Amino acid sequence: MISLTTDAIDYTALTESVRDPHCGAVTLFLGTVRDLTGDVVTTHLDYEAYAPMAEKQLAAVEAEVRQQWPVGGVAIVHRLGRLHVNDISVAIAVSCPHRDQSFAACRYAIDRVKAIVPIWKKDNAPDGTSDWIHPTETHAS
Amino acid sequence: MTVVYLFAAARDIAGADRVELALPANATVADVRAGLNAAIPALASLLARSAIAVNCDIADDNRTISLGDEIAVIPPVSGG
Repeated sequence: MISLTTDAIDYTALTESVRDPHCGAVTLFLGTVRDLTGDVVTTHLDYEAYAPMAEKQLAAVEAEVRQQWPVGGVAIVHRLGRLHVNDISVAIAVSCPHRDQSFAACRYAIDRVKAIVPIWKKDNAPDGTSDWIHPTETHAS
Repeated sequence: MTVVYLFAAARDIAGADRVELALPANATVADVRAGLNAAIPALASLLARSAIAVNCDIADDNRTISLGDEIAVIPPVSGG
């Protein structure tokens, strides 16, 4: 299951949604808004997506995870709009028969989300200035 | 006219969330890039390190554009 939302992410429900009798391990990853990057202070982030492509790419990440690990359930939700410090921007829950698989699958999923899904964040500073974050390394297709 | 959708810093630089380009017949993604650079010179630097999506797939420069294709500039992503 993948989705984009502007609402707060219910990570308890998300985690429950992947639990499976064949799986002895569930891994949950939460990405949250950090107040400091180096010595740069963030007050809030504004997230936006190219929604139809983002949904397609999130579905591709889910398919890649299912191809590589014996996944029971995988759920990926990314939040959009204005998020304040400590808010949850992304949640990924994965279940697998064993913990090594579930940790690896969840790690892979968040790395791929950050690499191939067309979502962007604008960093807003206390002085009212803001900057879109466009990393300088080439992103994968 | 072909519509190209813009996001994040690309949208802010252009001051609009889309731009209309008059492309030649049998235009390619390279023509889209050239058209964008001509229409919005300030976009050139970011465009050079952005991907172009055609119908929600990343497309290389020799991909041909068809009537009705949905085209978007994809600056380096920063989700998560």
